[in-house]
This record gives sequence, C-alpha cells and structure tokens, in this order.
Amino acid sequence: MNSELLTEFTYFVLAIFVGIEVISKVPTILHTPLMSGTNAIHGIILVGAILIAANATSPLEVVLGFVAVLLATLNVVGGFVVTDRMLEMFKGRRAPAKPEQK
Amino acid sequence: MNIWIALAYLLAAVLFILGLKQLSNPRGARRGNQTAAVGMVIALLATIPLLHFTTAGIVVTILGLAIGAPVGAISARRVHMTAMPQMVAAFNGVGGGAAALVAISELLHAGTHPAFQLAFPSIFSMVVGGISFAGSAIAFAKLQGMITGTPITYAGQQVVNGLLAIAIVSLAVANLTVASQPIFFVTLLALALVLGVAFVIPIGGADMPVVISLLNAFTGLAVAASGFVLNNFALIVAGTLVGASGTLLTTLMSQAMGRSLANVLFGAFGQIQVGAGGAAATAEGKSVRAGSPEDVGTMLAYARKVIIVPGYGLAVAQGQHALKELADELEKRGVEVEYAIHPVAGRMPGHMNVLLAEANVPYEQLKEMDEINGEFPSTDVALVVGANDVVNPAAHTTPGSPIYGMPILNVDQAKNIVFMKRSMRPGFAGIDNELLYDPKTIMLFGDAKDSLTKLVAAVKAA
Repeated sequence: MNSELLTEFTYFVLAIFVGIEVISKVPTILHTPLMSGTNAIHGIILVGAILIAANATSPLEVVLGFVAVLLATLNVVGGFVVTDRMLEMFKGRRAPAKPEQK
Repeated sequence: MNIWIALAYLLAAVLFILGLKQLSNPRGARRGNQTAAVGMVIALLATIPLLHFTTAGIVVTILGLAIGAPVGAISARRVHMTAMPQMVAAFNGVGGGAAALVAISELLHAGTHPAFQLAFPSIFSMVVGGISFAGSAIAFAKLQGMITGTPITYAGQQVVNGLLAIAIVSLAVANLTVASQPIFFVTLLALALVLGVAFVIPIGGADMPVVISLLNAFTGLAVAASGFVLNNFALIVAGTLVGASGTLLTTLMSQAMGRSLANVLFGAFGQIQVGAGGAAATAEGKSVRAGSPEDVGTMLAYARKVIIVPGYGLAVAQGQHALKELADELEKRGVEVEYAIHPVAGRMPGHMNVLLAEANVPYEQLKEMDEINGEFPSTDVALVVGANDVVNPAAHTTPGSPIYGMPILNVDQAKNIVFMKRSMRPGFAGIDNELLYDPKTIMLFGDAKDSLTKLVAAVKAA
C-alpha cells in the first residue's frame, strides 16, 4: 500500500465516523429533507464526470463523459433545489402562524 | 495536487459536514442545504485547474452542464409535493448512473492489467452505481404508478437474486485476477442493473422511502470509490459522508416503522398477499356506516376536542388548504384542534409536516405520535383524512399481520372516528383495517379535498 492510498483510506475511515456522528440526533420530521440533502451532496460525482469528459479523446470517452456530466448535473442541481423546496415550507410556517395565535 | 486545490477541497468537505449538521436541526435546515450547495460550487471551481481540456471535451462538458442544470432545476421546481419522493429517487438514480459511467471510462482507459488499487474501486463503483441506478428507476416507477406498488414476487426469487449476486462477485474476481476486458465489465454492469431491478421489485410501495434512502447510501459509496479511482479527496470524503449518514438514516427510517431493515428489504411485505386475502374474506360480512358531510359537520361543530390524522390521501387530493380552513372554522367555534403526525404518514417521513406547513398550519398544533397518543381517550372526534395503515389496530392485535409491531396512532381510543377515504380499498400495505367496521366509525367517502370543502360548509351551517 503506497502512502497516497494510505492517506485516502484514512480520510475514508474518518469520514465514516463523521457521517454517522453528524446526523445521529435528527428528528423524524427531517428524515426526508436530510435524505434529499445527502442525495444532492453525492452529486459531487460531477467533479469526477467533468474530469473524465473534459480530458476525453476517443469518441467513446466523449460520449461516456457527456452522459456522465449530464446525469451528475441533474443530480446536483435537482438535488439541492428539491431539498430547498421542502425546507422552504418548514420556514414559512412560523411567521403566518403568529397572528392567529393572538 | 496543487496545495490551493487541496485546501479548496478541504473547505468544501468542511461545508458539507456543517451543512449536514444544520440539516439535522429544524431551525437551521434550510441554511444547511445552502451551506452544502456552496461547498459543491467550491469543489467544482477548484476542479477547473486540474483539467486538460480537449476540444471535444470542452464542448461535451459545457453541453452536459448547460442541459442538465436547467432540466434539473425546472423539474425540481415544478414537481408536486406528492411526487417529491419519486423525484428524490430519480435524482439519486442519475447520480448512481454517473458514478458507473465514470468507472467504465476509467476501466476502458486502464488497459488489461490495471493496478488492483485502481481496478477494485472502479468495479465496485460501477456495480454499486449500476444497482443504485436501476433500483432507483424501479422505485420511481412504483411511486409514480407506472408499475404496480404491490410487491412483485415469484417462486425462487431469493435464489435468483442470490445467484445474480454470486455471478457478479465471480465476474468481478475474474476481471481483477485474470484480465480486465470490456466484455467482462460490460457484462458486470448489465448484471448489476438486473440485480438492481430484481432487488427492488419484491418490495412494496409503502417501503420505497427506506429503499430510496438505502440506494442513496449506495450511490454515496459508489462516489467514494470513484474518489479512490481518480485520487480525488472531495469525492472520497463527500461520498463516504453520504454513504455513512445514509446508512444510519435508513436504519432510523425502518425503526420509525417499527421494523428492522432486513425485514423491510427481504420479506414481510412479500408475504402479505396471503394474509390480505384472508383478511379481506373475513371482512365481507361486516357492514360499514357511511355518513353525509352534514352528519360529520355537525358532529365536529359540537365536539370539544378534535384530532386530525392526515395521510397520503390528503396529499394526493391536495386538500391541505381545505383542511386548514376546516380547522380554522372549528377553532372559531371554540373546538380544540390538533394534528397527529405519524412518523411515516404519507409516502415519506416528514411528508405531512411539509404539506401542512404549506397550508400555514401552526407548528404548535402538529403533534408527534408519542406526544399525542395519550390524548385520544379524551378526544371527541378523530378525523382520519386519507390515512389508513398508520391507525390500523392490527399492528397491536394481529401477530400475523405484516404491520404487527409497528407503532400506530391510537385512533381506536377516540370516542368517535371519522374516516375520509375514496373507497374501502386497503391502504398501501395492502391489508384490511378492522377499524373501518367499528360501530363508532363513520365513513365519509370521496375525494379528500371535495369532502373537506363540504365539511367546511356544513360546520358553518351547524
């Protein structure tokens, strides 16, 4: 195992613990938005897709790269927007609730 | 790797972690999503110096971004609240697909004898990404009603799935040890797609949220593996974060349904057909009491305490505004109104909260299951709007039932029960609900929104 792989493996193991720790106290009502938010984060594959697509030389690589960039972009943009829409509604509920309470 | 790029990736990773942290708290949730989005932009910008553009490469990259971004944003904006679960499934599936394509591209590039540390994560990413893509597609089709939401089962299904898994592992080993050949890994990808389909079709529509969450974690792991292939820190950390938190979230979701993950994935709901047939047969002889909106309106208007139990039917009918209007009308008359939110009401945890928040229902009136279950005995009317399985007493009383052991809302303890349903059809779990035949239950048939509008008029008139 070379040192770069070892470093990467260290990040990997530490990230597992952080990932578990960081959401361990999430209330049920946020399960769906949280799933949707993590869904957007794995859209980081777009970085990988662009690395493949931009350096493509053969026609096959060009096609694979194009489809990968397209799918990954859908994942990132759609993922963040749909999560924002879910959470937008959570935020809106307090302000209009006030006058009725009174 | 340039030190600035590495630092930018580190910053992106920190923003992802902070974003997740904020996302798990109702107050900061929306900001958390935005924090993560900023992290994503930073990671993408930091990648630019790493690129050696070819002419065709620039064109397809820009084309992919230029098509993908507006399509993603517009479909996410336009989707109805009821269709959000399948939207998440779709976005998850395309992410898995992208991971698989990146892996294939690397494998094609790597020649017949790539180093193990390149070949292993590539194959992992391709197979897992492929499973996630195909599985998400089936989850989407089930939730969208393109294929039946009931489990699709056949004899020897587990054996077939097991053989598929064994075939995938053997081919992967062959590709790693003998020689890396396009024929091997394309076959592997095909098998992974078939396994993705085979894995999801026997799972019932009601369990799709758990499946989507699991596939979400799969895609995260596939992305992390791609990070090992491309030696990219951002992919490793972000993918692993999603893989780990997604796995935990999947477990939490199954717990909210009172079941183990294994039970959700491999079984219980597969066997219901038998149980459901039996229950339906015994139900034949029983009679139900159907009421008019006027009957129910009067009952509600003169009640002291009403608990509303919303479910998927409310979401489908888009009746949340009419429901809020009814609640307002009742409160004007001095009736105490609360909403009982079952953790898995609707198609996803939190579905009802989102829906009712849209109609400006005050947050304080939304009560979680444990909080409100003790209040049903002192409740005059429990108004069940388009919910069924989450109030089914079979979860307490019938050990053979597929939902046995699931925590439910104790609507059966209320003095009167009103079920607003379109028909006597069983809920998503496909099992009969004896509460519908209870003497203190009144059925109000019809579309939830129509019925609610009629109820508002009836309460006003009462």
